[in-house]
Amino acid sequence: MDNNNSSQHISHKFDQEMEGLRNKVLKMGGLVEQQIGGAIESLQSLNAIGAEEIILRDHKVNSLEVLIDESCTQILARRQPAASDLRMVIAVIKTITDLERIGDEAEKIAKMALSLAEDDAGFSSRYAGIRHLGEHVKKMVHDVLDAYARQDVDAALKVVKDDDQADDEYQNLMRLLITFMMEDPRKISEVLDVLWAARALERIGDHAKNIGEYVIYLVKGKDIRHLDIDEVEKDILS
Amino acid sequence: MSESIATKIDTSLLNKSDTSVESEICLDVKKLNLFYGEAQALKDISFKMKKNKVTAFIGPSGCGKSTLLRCFNRMNDLVDSVRVEGEINLDNKNIYSPNVDVTSLRQRVGMVFQKPNPFPMSIFENVAYGLRLQGIKKRRVLEEKVEWALKGAALWDEVKDRLDQSALGMSGGQQQRLVIARAIAIEPEIILLDEPASALDPISTLKIEELIYELKSKYTILIVTHNMQQAARVSDETAFMYMGEMIEFGNTNKIFTNPEKKQTEDYITGRYG
Repeated sequence: MDNNNSSQHISHKFDQEMEGLRNKVLKMGGLVEQQIGGAIESLQSLNAIGAEEIILRDHKVNSLEVLIDESCTQILARRQPAASDLRMVIAVIKTITDLERIGDEAEKIAKMALSLAEDDAGFSSRYAGIRHLGEHVKKMVHDVLDAYARQDVDAALKVVKDDDQADDEYQNLMRLLITFMMEDPRKISEVLDVLWAARALERIGDHAKNIGEYVIYLVKGKDIRHLDIDEVEKDILS
Repeated sequence: MSESIATKIDTSLLNKSDTSVESEICLDVKKLNLFYGEAQALKDISFKMKKNKVTAFIGPSGCGKSTLLRCFNRMNDLVDSVRVEGEINLDNKNIYSPNVDVTSLRQRVGMVFQKPNPFPMSIFENVAYGLRLQGIKKRRVLEEKVEWALKGAALWDEVKDRLDQSALGMSGGQQQRLVIARAIAIEPEIILLDEPASALDPISTLKIEELIYELKSKYTILIVTHNMQQAARVSDETAFMYMGEMIEFGNTNKIFTNPEKKQTEDYITGRYG
């Protein structure tokens, strides 16, 4: 059976509703991507105004989550979706929860940037590792949204695997930051802000991974959560 | 990094509001009571229906929903011992006033029944029947109107090459769409559908439902259905009836996600009885 079910329903209104749902998720994804980019930027440049904008804009992400949830409820109640349509609605409900949390993490990063900016410490080159982690998870979110839009299982699987690298980078960064704190206890407060931001980035990677898993569920109908990724890959690509 | 699909997505669909413009009232029912002899079948029913909307009537067997539907074109007049009290105002005129011409009322309010009932004549003549009753005799006018009605009922492409064949040779789904074509040929304002898809397979059912969705731009549609999911799919507003009373009437989204009354909730969630 064709997994990428793009053929039309007899009811055109149903087609419009599903297409509208997909577009709303992508709109929310686009907004969340901007939030991450802005948050990382404000952390590096310690731009307090930019950070405040990120914090203020989080409510837009939240509103989209509520709006999309409402659409999903109506589709479930009125259309009784089945098979690929049902998986789409379920995947959307789960995806937007993760997107909303990514938005929250971006807001946290912006708050840490604000805190660092108020201390007037200047963003030390010692924290360069966080930029790398930031770019990595930002790309994961970007890639997983493309995978969702294209219903691309291979791309989704790659994002799922990319999370290991994000976790490793976070661990390395944490060790480094602990060293800094031990070296200079006066900087503990500042380093902790950086550590919280790093933690938020690592969580963004986890959420992107979750969305990758929903894309695979959506297209293949297989729930791969909590399974060994190499086994899953063999199973899905066979 | 290149822009993702997500940041480039066309947002035009997002800006469309779900709340449509408040449409005018087409039918205004006031304190309607109906008796079959001593037995009261409809109890004190009052509500208003909007123009160009689909209103679905749901409820268990014997709750009075078909009886109510038949009030709108006075089909109940054909049943002995029926007594109707109250008003049904169509464009502010009570259709139960003594001076109302029932034949012209039925031209304004068309009806389609549960079982397709094509006449034993050709497809063309089935649709032309009502037009001939209206006194239209010119062949060309009839042909134009029949084609228009069959197109409106999403049937034209399937039957255009066999219009002179008997309607009885069509499938059930086609027959039901033919009957709808016959109803819309005389250009009514309101179409009453009494279980229009209950004798059809799922695909024919979806075709009828899609047809209902398309027809509502021109007509006000009232549908009685046993199939709650069908009511959820096709209607803008839903009325839940029980034992001759209208328990709840409101927006279909609301009724199927968060009804006001417990009886409605019990019925639509399968807890009734």
